[in-house]
Amino acid sequence: MKKSIIFLSFILLFLSVFGSSLTVRIPQNIDFLDPHKAAASGTDEVMFNVFEGLLKPDSQGNLNPAVAENYTISQDGLTFKFFIRKNIKFHDGSYVTPDDVKYSLERLSGLDGGPGYNSAMISTIKSVTADKNDNSVTVILKTADTNFLSNFTKAVIPRHNDQYQNSKPIGTGPFKFISYQPDQNILLEKFKDYWKTGYPKVDKVEFKIISDEQAALLSFMAGNIDIYPRIPAQMLDILGNNIKIISGGQNLVQLMAMNNARKPFDDIRVRQAVNYALNKDEIIELAALGYGTKLGSNMSPVMAKYYQEGLENYYSTNTEKAKELLKEAGYPKGFSTTITVPSVYQFHVDTAQIIVEQLKKVGINAKIELVEWGVWLDRVYAGRDYDTTIIGFTGKLSAYDVLKRYESGYSRNFMNYKSEVFDNMFKKAYAEIDDKISTDLYKELQVILTEDAPAVFIMDPNFIIAMDENIDGYEIYPYYVQDMSTVYFK
Amino acid sequence: MYYYLRKFIAMFFTIIIVTLITFFSFEIIPGDPVLSKLGIDADEAQIASLRAELGLDMPIPVRYIKWVGNILKGDLGESVRFSLPVYDLIKTRLPVTFSLMIISILITLAVGIPLGILSAKYNNRIGGFFINFITQIFLAIPSFWVGIMLIMIFGVILKWFSPGGYVSWSENPAESIKSVILPSVAIALPNIAIVIRYLKNSVLEQMKKDYVRMAYSKGLNSFRVMKNHVIRNAVIPVITVLGMIISSVLAGSLIVEQVFTLPGIGRLLISAIGNRDLPLVEGMILYISFTVLFINFIIDILYKFIDPRIKYD
Amino acid sequence: MKKNFNLIFGLSVIIFLFVFMFISLFHTPYSPTEMNIRERMQPPSAEHIFGTDQFGRDILSRVMEGSQTAFFVGFVAVSIGLIFGTFLGAVSGYFGGITDEIIMRIMDAMLAFPVILFALMFVSVFGVGIKNTIIAIGIMSVPSFARITRSGYIQHKQFDYVKSAKAMGAGPLRIMFLHILPNVISPIIVAASMGFSTAVLSEAGLSYLGLGVLPPSPSWGRMLNESQIYISKAPWFAIIPGIFITLTVLGFNFFGDGLREYADNTEK
Repeated sequence: MKKSIIFLSFILLFLSVFGSSLTVRIPQNIDFLDPHKAAASGTDEVMFNVFEGLLKPDSQGNLNPAVAENYTISQDGLTFKFFIRKNIKFHDGSYVTPDDVKYSLERLSGLDGGPGYNSAMISTIKSVTADKNDNSVTVILKTADTNFLSNFTKAVIPRHNDQYQNSKPIGTGPFKFISYQPDQNILLEKFKDYWKTGYPKVDKVEFKIISDEQAALLSFMAGNIDIYPRIPAQMLDILGNNIKIISGGQNLVQLMAMNNARKPFDDIRVRQAVNYALNKDEIIELAALGYGTKLGSNMSPVMAKYYQEGLENYYSTNTEKAKELLKEAGYPKGFSTTITVPSVYQFHVDTAQIIVEQLKKVGINAKIELVEWGVWLDRVYAGRDYDTTIIGFTGKLSAYDVLKRYESGYSRNFMNYKSEVFDNMFKKAYAEIDDKISTDLYKELQVILTEDAPAVFIMDPNFIIAMDENIDGYEIYPYYVQDMSTVYFK
Repeated sequence: MYYYLRKFIAMFFTIIIVTLITFFSFEIIPGDPVLSKLGIDADEAQIASLRAELGLDMPIPVRYIKWVGNILKGDLGESVRFSLPVYDLIKTRLPVTFSLMIISILITLAVGIPLGILSAKYNNRIGGFFINFITQIFLAIPSFWVGIMLIMIFGVILKWFSPGGYVSWSENPAESIKSVILPSVAIALPNIAIVIRYLKNSVLEQMKKDYVRMAYSKGLNSFRVMKNHVIRNAVIPVITVLGMIISSVLAGSLIVEQVFTLPGIGRLLISAIGNRDLPLVEGMILYISFTVLFINFIIDILYKFIDPRIKYD
Repeated sequence: MKKNFNLIFGLSVIIFLFVFMFISLFHTPYSPTEMNIRERMQPPSAEHIFGTDQFGRDILSRVMEGSQTAFFVGFVAVSIGLIFGTFLGAVSGYFGGITDEIIMRIMDAMLAFPVILFALMFVSVFGVGIKNTIIAIGIMSVPSFARITRSGYIQHKQFDYVKSAKAMGAGPLRIMFLHILPNVISPIIVAASMGFSTAVLSEAGLSYLGLGVLPPSPSWGRMLNESQIYISKAPWFAIIPGIFITLTVLGFNFFGDGLREYADNTEK
């Protein structure tokens, strides 16, 4: 008996010294450690574990209170009052005060005299006041906005760390930031005073930066990585036995965008012809080995509430019809075009190669042009100088954010899609307070997109995660996030 | 003395020209460092604030002069992509590339010199043919393909190591060497061939010389002759190829780091160019051109020192 | 005369590859770009001697088509280097003095700069694609031709035939290219053969980094780039293109050595 106690305490000691440590592969570097300056989704996915806003999204897409314990919204939708969670601490041990929240919101919206980092907040927030007595913060908006709540997921950070936000970031999340080595790793450590008791379950997390898939795979197979998110489907059958694989829709919309303002894609018949020419099933099979969901509009079925069913076969592959439409549009012999693809995304490059072959069959001669990511963003996304391109839109919290891209006035409507019908209905959906009606309108908008065919909506490639079979608790989020707080070793 | 001064000034000018060209070519390069850093989901407010922060609105000549001014103060600036000092970034990557270079040069010399001497000694039909063939193959094989094959054999089939797992020298010296040994082999192969060929010719030339014939006629055995006379004189010219080898190792490491995903200078440079990270690219170009030119300069001096017969006009 | 193994072997390899490429202009067993879901990642077999790739494309057909790329890049890049390099080297060697000094300093600076690095920057400025790859490789091969030509000219401009041509009133251009050039051409041809292999290697390296030839056109380097993530599953995909790169470089290197030997022997 005594011996077993000693033995047990030895094990406990052993565990407490070494702790449980998780290694997760990520493909890219961080843009900013400062959460307000950071914009890349690759940063979000890691720092989701470090920072929290007043509210925090969960894996079902709900907004839950985090730094705020609860909140009230005034009848006119202009005043938001957040009550700060009692005894919630920052990673450095100091308590979160209403003043810190005020500081964070003012920094984001530029009310502190700085540039501001969130344009929605810059244009909408009128004032932020902190009240020490009831531990609350009140935000007053200039105009009512049904969609504004999701902005309060932006990180709350301490005022006293202002100078070091980008070198020693401090938040309230389940993990503390320890270090970042570009091209090597990001180290996080369990935050013992985390407000949600029982979380996180592991002591340390290392996000290992490995850009190359083959190297990541070999590292994973050698046991140097515990979790390998977004593993290419092509690698699954070589993984061996003691590995667990989780797979599901990731709320990404992969599409072939056409420049609606440029000949010949200014003609709806040409865009529809391209839609008829492509075989999405073949693309899914060849590029994703079948691990993908066919789409018909700019919405993934992961957004179950808003997803309009039945659009994915609106343009079932039909070479004859495509040729006919091209003839009507004045291109009986087809035409030549260029597909501009960001070279960093092998998945899109593969897709482009398949599309080139498929377009050949209707007489469209497409050439691939590979550009660096910075060039793509500059020339295609911001400059709108391209014929066609292939890209994936990452998931958003709301249907509004997803469909905003097609509003004619939106600054990043890089497909140059213009439709009065769409714009009007979009405004209506946004202003509608009745959830049922606005949801129906968002569904209607998807139908319009399918009919107008500004792009070919290809698929939502599956989010496939391979992990050590002893790991449990991993949750798939409908947006770019690796939540490590729920993960544990069995 | 005048010769060295002239060389040194030429070196200085080359560096200025190279950095100037880099600076201005970045002005015409398409692509935007700010967008590249922040990605597709960036908020316009974030983009605007970063642009202002980086001072990208100033004209290029002003920025170049500012950059040179800062260099003279010992400040290489800050990387756009990583928001870290360029100096720190280069400093953390340097050991990787450096150990790659040193180990591959050691492998080159350790394999190349004995084989070069042997190939001269056994320069008969079969031996010569064999060595010729081997060196030709070493020269023809692309180093990145050798890398892929080494990964396939040692990583996939034998599972002796896992690529991408670079271990730093301070963490674990043995593991550190292990993680760079295969890439070093991939870089070393063509250089081994160069050393063998060079050394073989040089040894054969020495053997024809009178003093060697004298030694033989005195009745010394061939081993002693080789050891005492020929090799010593034949190895000297190898130093000239060393300069070539060092720059080829540097270029080789550029690609091989990519194959083995080692966090060295080469990979940093490729990603910096891709991200249009001008301060970082300039810092590294400065460093690389300086290293290459300086090594050549040193070898020049060394060579003259060893072999005073060479005269420069 | 001793048999010139290098020349014979090099020439046979080149002829083999050339025939291989020539056939591909008219016929490949399958379409090099056509995809086939059911034939994906097939190991070498009777139908596909070299197997198939991740899209079910026939690797033999792609390697055949890829040889066109290799020959094209090699030929054009060497031509660029040959024309400009010979010209600069001739001018430099014939005139000497400050012209020589300026040209050779530039050439030295270029030699100190790794080819891959230059090509990398060049491609970032002017865009990825076969045209810019060729131009970049061509530019970087100029110095080696210039150096070799220059040393030939320095030697030959003191010879009597040049002096007599000068005395007869021949202009410098005439002397440089009608009188001297034919006499110094053999080392230049040797350098051209070596330059060809360097060009093939550089193209492969750039395409491997994703900066050379664009998909879906097959290039050996590009194929290696695509094959790397499948090395555990489809090793043949990574092995075959590498063998062809090596073979091509080997052929031209042997050929170059053989030519040099031949030239040395005939001189004696």
